[in-house]
Amino acid sequence: MDIELMINSFPKLLNATLITLKLLSVSLILGLFIGLGFAILRMNNNKLINKFAYGYSYIFRGTPLLVQIFIIYFGLGQIEYLRTTFLWVVLKEPYWCAIIAFSLNTGAYTSEILRSAFQTIKLGYLEAGKSLGIPSKIIFTKIQIPIAIKQSLPAYGNEIILMLKGTSLASTVTLMDLTGVAKYIISTTFKPVEVFIVAGGIYLFMTFIIHNVIKYLEKKYGFQT
Amino acid sequence: MELLYFGDKGWGDELFFATLMTIAVSITAMIIGFIFAALFTPLKLSNNKFLNSIGNAYTTVIRGVPELLVIYLFFFGGSGAIMFVASIFGYNDYIEINAFLTGSFSIGIISGAYSTEVFRGALQSIDKGQFEAAKVLGFNKYIYFFKIILPQMLRLAIPNLSNVWQITLKDTSLISVTGLVEIMRQSYIAAGSTRDPLFFYSFAAVLYLMLTFLSMQLLNRLETKYSKGY
Repeated sequence: MDIELMINSFPKLLNATLITLKLLSVSLILGLFIGLGFAILRMNNNKLINKFAYGYSYIFRGTPLLVQIFIIYFGLGQIEYLRTTFLWVVLKEPYWCAIIAFSLNTGAYTSEILRSAFQTIKLGYLEAGKSLGIPSKIIFTKIQIPIAIKQSLPAYGNEIILMLKGTSLASTVTLMDLTGVAKYIISTTFKPVEVFIVAGGIYLFMTFIIHNVIKYLEKKYGFQT
Repeated sequence: MELLYFGDKGWGDELFFATLMTIAVSITAMIIGFIFAALFTPLKLSNNKFLNSIGNAYTTVIRGVPELLVIYLFFFGGSGAIMFVASIFGYNDYIEINAFLTGSFSIGIISGAYSTEVFRGALQSIDKGQFEAAKVLGFNKYIYFFKIILPQMLRLAIPNLSNVWQITLKDTSLISVTGLVEIMRQSYIAAGSTRDPLFFYSFAAVLYLMLTFLSMQLLNRLETKYSKGY
């Protein structure tokens, strides 16, 4: 056991954790909006729109995240037309490519979580809202969305942790996130176990925090239906 | 489409064998995962606090740490550990372990953690009366486990195990970083030599979609078979 290496690599890894957290938070926020959008589309009565939303979540949940990142980072740059548009400013940066891939991926999972949450809302709540003469727009924003958020908290907590682990793939497109720096230290020192303990410990600490925050929110906002 | 021709002209045969490799690694990893689950599920259910914490540590650590980090640990650490053991027996040459074995082993450990949770949940939701009745009727241990507990457990576990299979199948894409030629690695090679990454990575996505779709069909059939009595 090389304790000195562990102590020396800790600040470097902690620094890289910032990138991991940045990737995670930005893609979760974007993913939440994408997920909400597609969940609403999934509940649309139009078959075509419904199929489109289902296809989106099926494709993103059925393929590995690595493929999605590679298509966006290596693949899209190949289209000549894209290089002339303003999109190229975004797509040539590995940071933004990773964020696009993560947001689309977590958006697909989030849309499924929210859809099932919307579908488990008891009809009585909506009927009560309607009979009180509340406009359907307000029923949606003030009744359906808050209940859906509360019901989807446990599943969404899992999704946050999965996404935290997913951000490690950013290291495959040259980003130096926690896993990227860990791999760099391992390949220069050939001490995988020590680095694994430190980097793994940081990841475990983050999962621990996320787990407890979600538990707290569940307790605070949860109710019996 | 020319890019997909079989033979020297295209990448069709290479991608076909790469797909077979992905399937082989997934199945091997799943089996290794079952072995780990068989070892750790009893620990998680045990009343002994020490054994219990070993079981919990396994599932918590593996499920809380990115798959890629676990793969790096075994990829860089695996041959070192084996060389260390070999050096005790007086063998000092460089040993390189097979990429297939490291890959399936590291994915297997990950999928084992998920399987452990599935088996634990399934065992816990079997009615207590079933265990007691089997004991009271004096069945021997073999019948007790294989004829009474296991069939009931499988019925509850199979829907969740098919989720674990999906996760495992998608995780195998990560071992492309160790150089094992599966779908992802082969697409990387093909994309590099033809300068057509968009086509090859999209094709890889299609291959993965096909694999997940087909395996879901098979697993759904298995699910109906095991829940026949209900």
